[in-house]
Amino acid sequence: MDERAVPDNYLFTAEDNDRARALNLMCASLVRPESRETFLRDEAAYCDSYDLSAEQKQAVLTRDWAGMLDLGGSIFFVYKLAVVCGVSMQDLGGIFTGMSTQEFKAALDAGGRRFG
Amino acid sequence: MAEIIWGLATSHVPSIGAAHDHGRRDDPAWKPLFDGYAPAQEWMAEHRPDVAIVVYNDHANAVSFDAIPTFGIGTASRFPVADEGWGPRDVPEVVGHPGLARHLARSLVDDGFDMTVFSRLEVDHGLTVPMSVYCPDPGEAWPCPVVPVLVNVIQYPQPLASRCLELGHAIGRAVRHYPEDLQVAVFGTGGMSHQLAGKRAGLINEQFDREFLDKIQTDPEALARLTREELIDKAGTEGIELIMWLVMRGAMADDIRRVHDTYFVPASNTAAALALFANETSLATATH
Repeated sequence: MDERAVPDNYLFTAEDNDRARALNLMCASLVRPESRETFLRDEAAYCDSYDLSAEQKQAVLTRDWAGMLDLGGSIFFVYKLAVVCGVSMQDLGGIFTGMSTQEFKAALDAGGRRFG
Repeated sequence: MAEIIWGLATSHVPSIGAAHDHGRRDDPAWKPLFDGYAPAQEWMAEHRPDVAIVVYNDHANAVSFDAIPTFGIGTASRFPVADEGWGPRDVPEVVGHPGLARHLARSLVDDGFDMTVFSRLEVDHGLTVPMSVYCPDPGEAWPCPVVPVLVNVIQYPQPLASRCLELGHAIGRAVRHYPEDLQVAVFGTGGMSHQLAGKRAGLINEQFDREFLDKIQTDPEALARLTREELIDKAGTEGIELIMWLVMRGAMADDIRRVHDTYFVPASNTAAALALFANETSLATATH
């Protein structure tokens, strides 16, 4: 199959792995408590220490969650950053779909969002 | 000789673990899910295996994105619980079964499955949440050692559903040739339908899920014919985790008995399910 055959699938590919390597590595480092503290103390410096590109750094500093995915971030790495920033998977769902968190949760409580 | 006595298919949503760990099992939002598990948990408590083979995926924790094995197996004697970014779950360390794991690694390679062997591995919610579903209150230790089997479901190209079913067949053959008298359970984890990222976030496809829940028992070959594209289209990008249920199914006998199942929406952003199957022939032998 062509990995882009299903629209909006955000399937993580080897190409994404390559182009978003710095961003994903930085997010991966947040599994260490001391890294979480260092990040929160000086986010910009922490991004620089992982050699994030200007675009990646901007997305992190402005909490542009959809932008991080579009730059190749893996949802599983980006989610680690979200948790450190106090953002839940339901908050992210709302942001990705243009809803408030409450609207997104209500859609799930009603049986989820249907496609096709 | 070793034998597989039962198979458990279960979602491994992190929030199910969090509900366990923070005493929220009786909250109105969670009670129906945990009530749905109860009959299966009672049955499993009466049929404790000597070892559990847990088929799961790592979520960017122990497996670095430098190298993502398509299939892996953990041969360590201990598997520490990973800190995934918010502190490790307060659950017992997972004890391995190096004897069975090394036998499986050798048998699977000989059978054409070139497994990556993990001699060190931290386990994340993909493995520990199913352990909590199996045994909600383990106390100081889980009731049995574990052989982790890892499947890449995170980075394209994920293995084919058909290959996962065949891996299960090979695991079944390998277990039956293990010389010790061991009773083994196999867990297939993940799913059901969900997508976390992008405009399709919040996707749930109950019709697809119900059909999968049915056919995992009665017609796994039909599920094994699903393409990667069909799985992602119908079950969502992360719903492709359901291929790991086919590994469990392949390890079981052709005819299996459904002990219990339950389906619940939503657990976090996911449709959650449990399906428990008995290998009748093995259980009949086991009681004699």
